[in-house]
Amino acid sequence: MLEGSIKPMSTEPKYIESLVNRRYEHGFITDIDSDNLPPGLNEDIVRAISKKKNEPKFMLEWRLKAYRHWLTMQEPTWAHVHYPKIDYQSISYFSAPKSDEERPKSLDEVDPKLLETYEKLGIPLHEHAKLAGVAVDAVFDSVSVATTFKEKLSEAGVIFCPFSEAVTNHPELVRKYLGSVVPYRDNFFATLNSAVFSDGSFVYIPKGVRCPMELSTYFRINAANTGQFERTLIIADEGSHVSYLEGCTAPMRDENQLHAAVVELIALKDAEIKYSTVQNWYPGDENGIGGIYNFVTKRGDCRGNNSKISWTQVETGSAITWKYPSCVLRGENSVGEFYSVAVVNNMQQADTGTKMIHIGRNTRSTIVSKGISVGHAQNVYRGLVKVMPQAKDVRNHTQCDSLLIGKDCGAHTFPYMEVKNPTAKVEHEATTSKISENQLFYCRQRGISEEDAVNMIVNGFCKDVFKQLPMEFAVEAQNLLNVSLEGAVG
Amino acid sequence: MLEIDNLNTTIGDTEILKGLSLSVNAGEVHAIMGPNGSGKSTLSQVIAGHDDYIVTSGSVYYNGKNLLELAPEERAREGVFLGFQYPVEIPGVNNAYLLKAAINAKRRHKGLNEVDAFEFLQLAREKMEALDMDPSFLNRGVNEGFSGGEKKRNEIFQMTMLEPHLAILDETDSGLDIDALQAVAKGINAMRNPKRAIVVITHYQRLLDYVEPDFVHVLSEGRIVRSGDKTLARQLEEKGYDWIRGMADA
Repeated sequence: MLEGSIKPMSTEPKYIESLVNRRYEHGFITDIDSDNLPPGLNEDIVRAISKKKNEPKFMLEWRLKAYRHWLTMQEPTWAHVHYPKIDYQSISYFSAPKSDEERPKSLDEVDPKLLETYEKLGIPLHEHAKLAGVAVDAVFDSVSVATTFKEKLSEAGVIFCPFSEAVTNHPELVRKYLGSVVPYRDNFFATLNSAVFSDGSFVYIPKGVRCPMELSTYFRINAANTGQFERTLIIADEGSHVSYLEGCTAPMRDENQLHAAVVELIALKDAEIKYSTVQNWYPGDENGIGGIYNFVTKRGDCRGNNSKISWTQVETGSAITWKYPSCVLRGENSVGEFYSVAVVNNMQQADTGTKMIHIGRNTRSTIVSKGISVGHAQNVYRGLVKVMPQAKDVRNHTQCDSLLIGKDCGAHTFPYMEVKNPTAKVEHEATTSKISENQLFYCRQRGISEEDAVNMIVNGFCKDVFKQLPMEFAVEAQNLLNVSLEGAVG
Repeated sequence: MLEIDNLNTTIGDTEILKGLSLSVNAGEVHAIMGPNGSGKSTLSQVIAGHDDYIVTSGSVYYNGKNLLELAPEERAREGVFLGFQYPVEIPGVNNAYLLKAAINAKRRHKGLNEVDAFEFLQLAREKMEALDMDPSFLNRGVNEGFSGGEKKRNEIFQMTMLEPHLAILDETDSGLDIDALQAVAKGINAMRNPKRAIVVITHYQRLLDYVEPDFVHVLSEGRIVRSGDKTLARQLEEKGYDWIRGMADA
């Protein structure tokens, strides 16, 4: 058993009124032999990770540069979130299931225990993936286990594989684009990720290709104290189009777990990337103990003219969520979008939002943020709309709505607008509302139970975001929302 | 159908209903009239089950069941409908969605099949036409941006769709112009049925010209002080509420 642990979040001596008896559906631990490295972080560990993955020299060098830079950095503290100090030396930075030694060539070769895990998580790689036409790249504890539909995608010329595979098979693409959107020095957690990233997805869509199916990946943190450091890189070449789904589940744990992923999106001329996330990490129990820390850096570069990047997220999990999926609108006429529903309950904390950086002319951005706070939770929207001096004719519209359920929760908004070009049109609208007792009573008098009434009202509130989700996800998102709100109205 | 016996209720520290008794049978239309503060709305809220109102003594039986033991949604599914005096807005939830959910909740409770979208729309269009309502409003948020008159029409529309056994209409006529009033009255009259009881709570005689009640009760200071037939309403209109207050003291 691993020594040392991240101390759980201390509970405030407040009586928590709203009773939440939600049993986290996915709360279980797979009993599989993991090939862990001992806890702690030093250059040897970084080399060991690289070696385990058989990485070429350039990759190791990049990791080492990042690690050395990380040593000089200070953990940021400006976010509106509180958590006990993370002991980076008590985390194990690599964990893989034993069957990694020989990569399975088909699902038949995958450890059946693993497949059982996926079944429990609701990811039937077999029929569902085939029927729905969704290619699933299942990431299990730092190592990608199964990749389906490789053949179908390769017919279209689409590369969709684990990141580690891309490093070996497509090093030229990785070298060209890795770190070009989120440089290894970007921020404390991104730098850490750059040093110790385990695996993630790599996607390359060739010129003019419309990816024939939605691409999807599932994440899962298993072993205690294992930081999950995913690295995802998606490149849409000129005129191409891809829709990518990211959905997460994690088992119930008592120790907090750090999740510091980095996602880089690059859209070249006339290309479009749609990135959707439904996030359901374990949020901690009603006293705030034991949830996931989700400190993620996600950024999209609309590098080419007329390109478009769209982020859609439904975040209901994690003890702490700290992320700002952003768009750099470099190409002329490029478009950036951010649609988000963030739910916090009990003692969850969220400091999330987006950054839209307008560099090119005639660029547009749309931000729709829906925050729902329940229990004693705090939800913060932090958004930046930046218009550079050379960016003419920029248009932005931001809609930031908060819904408060109960008397003890909070919603805070920090909108930043830095506009350095006088032709820009930047609009910000914000609303704060409650679900009133009268609304609930009205629904109940029509025969609708209180729980259904809350769900209806909240779904109505989130409609504008949900309709941006691909169909497969929209249903999952609604169910997720309903589950997160169980017991919300005491 | 509805037996209220010696009901006393409070809200916060204030006593509102003080020994109210009322008997309503299926097939009957009752009107309850009274001055402001007499407890008219309280009565309707208590029957619907709003938990701000505490029943301190007395009983309410509905078809032999103790109504006070049921949650608001259970009462609704058993066929109790309240037309609110001030219908609340629920933006983001459209009228069609709410109504369909309500209809299906009731049907599930009774062990019936749920209606699908197609059936629902057909039924809705029929009823809206009868009430002279624009079908587009189905897609609008519940009462969102509705005028007072539109809100009241929406209440009647919901009533016709839900087909309750006991309909309590709380000041459904207030704020309506003549056209709206007539449409609403038409809707209420169309609901008359030997199996259904309708209780109309109103200030004014006006509605009762179109919806003739079988019984009229006068509510004053928390209880019913006088009951009669439709002529009582006319008397009240002529003599005013002071006449009633005189009776209450007697």
